Parts: sequence; structure tokens; C-alpha cells
Amino acid sequence: MIDIIDLRKSFGNVEVLKGITTTIKEGEKVAVIGPSGSGKSTFLRCLNCMEDPTGGSIIFEGVDLADMKVDINIHRRHMGMVFQQFNLFNNKTVLGNIMLAPLHIRLHDLRMKKLKNVFIRVGNVFRRNKKSLYEINTTRQEIKDEVRENALRLLKRIGLEEKADVYPSTLSGGQKQRIAIIRALAMNPKVMLFDEPTSALDPEMVGEVLDLIKQLADEGMTMVIVTHEMGFAREVATRVLFMDEGQILEEGPPDTFFSNPQNPRAKEFLSKVL
Amino acid sequence: MGNFDKKLAKFWDIFINNNGYTKVLTGLQNTLLIAVLGLAIGIVIGTLIASIKVMPKYKRLPRILDKICTFYVGLFRGTPIVVQLLVAYYVVLPLLGANMTSINVCILVFGLNSGAYVSEIMRGGIMSVDPGQMEAGRAVGLSYSVTMMKIVVPQAVKNILPTLGNELIALVKETSVVSFVGASDLYVAFSYIGTNSYEFMVPYLVMALIYIVLVMIIAMLVKAMERSLRKSDRHN
Repeated sequence: MIDIIDLRKSFGNVEVLKGITTTIKEGEKVAVIGPSGSGKSTFLRCLNCMEDPTGGSIIFEGVDLADMKVDINIHRRHMGMVFQQFNLFNNKTVLGNIMLAPLHIRLHDLRMKKLKNVFIRVGNVFRRNKKSLYEINTTRQEIKDEVRENALRLLKRIGLEEKADVYPSTLSGGQKQRIAIIRALAMNPKVMLFDEPTSALDPEMVGEVLDLIKQLADEGMTMVIVTHEMGFAREVATRVLFMDEGQILEEGPPDTFFSNPQNPRAKEFLSKVL
Repeated sequence: MGNFDKKLAKFWDIFINNNGYTKVLTGLQNTLLIAVLGLAIGIVIGTLIASIKVMPKYKRLPRILDKICTFYVGLFRGTPIVVQLLVAYYVVLPLLGANMTSINVCILVFGLNSGAYVSEIMRGGIMSVDPGQMEAGRAVGLSYSVTMMKIVVPQAVKNILPTLGNELIALVKETSVVSFVGASDLYVAFSYIGTNSYEFMVPYLVMALIYIVLVMIIAMLVKAMERSLRKSDRHN
């Protein structure tokens, strides 16, 4: 699903990613672990070009995202991302947070179709072979209702439907992060990227967020998770990537990796955190 | 102060009996019109400039736009507003052969001028918004400009509202120079009353009072607006 080929990223003179090559298959749950400063967050952020790679390519659904000519916004819609700091939109209610992107994008598409139809109609006056119009089978209101319904359904799923009309500042960290996750789900992504989703949470709230992520994993969502929760990585991941100094030093199924790491750096890391 | 009564009577005579109050009312209307519309134009221009200034700069177009904006801000902050008014009215307008009333010229010049100031205020506001907000918007597939308009700028405006209120107050007071290009504001109205009664003490005193009241009302409105925008911060 995502082919990463010799991915490189430098900030100024510092090379953070030194050529990463791996493939993320559909339905896979990849946990990326490693010490601080190993480049694992940068790696994740390069996958949807939050950081533009300085070299290599990321082939997602047959398109190289590292190519600057690609309209990254269209492809990002298929890649949900969850941040360490939640990053809910502070000026929107919970429902507004979830609805904003799908609503804007679908209404924008509708507007563009209508506009193009106007041009085609005008053009058809002069054309011998009449061009067909874009099919428009929804109204603005229908789109609004649909998006709203979907957002409420997602909210209900995490049991926060009574929080629909409050602002994020009134929520706990765990609630914020769960809403951030369903905000990403509202775009129907094909892959979810988690950037240390529980690192900024109080210990007692880690569980509820991990449970939700696990649910998604059980439903077959493809996901890449940067995490420090080794127990969680072991339980949920189908493959573990161990990174240090901008390279993948070891990868494999969690059972073999955690019980019998090969790379000396990985051994040292695991002995410290386990 | 023995003849203060006489001065007051003279002022009252011109103010009521010789239609002084209609002049004051038009003056007040023009003052507010120039200040409010000027600020509105200023906010639009300022937001545009600020958005350009905070853009990532590794492509050529943003760099060129950035240079243009820096020049614009330098130009309008570097010259007194009176000079800008005079140049606009007596140099630019005839050169373009355009036909504009002096009020409209004032609105435009005040708008362009405050655009330069608002751009810096707005830039500060945008930079005060957590960069995570922009990242989150981009991550769900919204473009830079849409995220800016729907997420970042609304939060920035909330942060800079007190400063924007300051800007409006400054504009209201600065409008007292528009008589340089023949527009009639509060100052023109009261100096008309003064000239006609050969008596300036009371008219200018009343003028000062009107400015103070005006500014106090604006300050109150800004505060009310701030309260309603703080909605999303309230813990309920």
C-alpha cells in the first residue's frame, strides 16, 4: 500500500533520515519504536509529507508523494493522522472539528462541478459534439446532513455524543485524543498514522485511547504507530520497526523482536525500557 | 470665567439656530465612516499581507510577494498619514485622472495605511496560534489557504482583538486630519461653529468631549465582542 524507497530527510546540515526502505502492506499494523531523536516521528511525518522528504520516494496508491508536483492535499485525505498534542481545532466545537474537513471538501467539489457545468453549457452552444455535464446528484443540504450524521455516528461510537456542542478546551486529554482519532476517521482514510498518540496523556487516560486504536486495528485498518508503549506495540502490531540514528536497524514480528532482538542497539534499548 | 455663560450662549446659538448641529452630525458620520471602513479595508489587506509573510518561503512566488509586502508596509508606516492623504488626493488622483470624492479618498488612504499596521498585528496573532492547528488542518487534506482562513485566522483575531480595538481608536482620532483634503469631519464642523461665533473655547471643548465619548463607546463594544469570542475558552 505504501512503498517507501530510500527516504531521506535533512534539516539544514543534519541528516535525520538516512535512507529508509520498507513497504507497508494493506491491513498491516506497523509499530515504529526507538530512542528519542532516532527519527521515528520524522519518518512518520514524511509519510504524508508534513515534512517534505529531501530524497527518495513514497509511493502511495501508485503516486509518488515526495514529488513536489503532486497535489498532496488530495492524497492526505486518504491518510489519517493523529498527533501527540491532539491538535483539535480550538475555535470549533467537537462536532465542528469532525465535520470541518469532509464538509468543506465535499461542498467544494460540488461548487467546482457546478462551475464546470456552467462552462460546459456555454461551450456546448458552440460545440458540434456536445460535451456531457458532470452528474450532480446531491444538494448542499443533503451533503450537510450526511456529514453531520456520520460525525454523530462516530461520536456515538466513542460514547461522547453528549459532547458534540462543547469546545475542546472543556475536554480531558483522553477525550480530546479520541475525538482527534475519529476526526481523522471521518475522512474514511485507507491508512492511519499515529505520532505518539498517548505520550501527552495522563496515565489513567492512556487506556481509553489505546482501546480505541486497538478496535480500529481489529477492524482491519492499516496503521503506522510511533509509540513508546511497548506492551501495546507487542499486542497490536503485526510488525515492529526499530529505528536509531535515521535508519531501520531491525524489523520483524513483535514476538521475535521483543523476545529475541538481534541488533545490539535494539538489545540495549529494550533492556532499558522493558 | 465671568463670560463663560456668554460663550456658551454664543455656541448654543450657532449650534441650534444656525444649523450647527447638522454639520456636527455629518462630521460625526464622516469620522466614523472613515474610521470603520478604513479599519475594514485595513483588516482585509492586513490579513492578506500577514498570511503571505508567514508562508513557508522555499518557493519563488511567496518570496516575491513577501518583498512586495515589505515594501508596502515600509511605505505606509514610513510616511505620516497627512502626507499620504495629500499625495493621494493631489498627486495620484490627478495622475490617474480618477474622479473620487474626498471622503472616498480618505477611506481608501486610511484603509491602506491601517492595512500596514494591521498586517504586523495580524502576523503577531497568527504566530501566537499553535502551529499544531495548521498541521492538523493540513493533515486532514485542507489546503494552506483554507486552513488559514477557517482555523488559524479566527483564533488569531481572537488573540489580537484588544490591539485591533486600539487601532480603531487610533483611526477615529487620526481622522481629524482629513480636512487637509477637504473632507468634513468633526473638527471641520466645530471649527465652522467657532469661526462663525468668533468664539473657539466652547466648540473645541465640546469636540474633545465627543471624541472621548466616542472612544469610550468603541472600547465598550470591543470588550463585548471579546467576551462573545471567548466562548470557546470558557469551561462549562
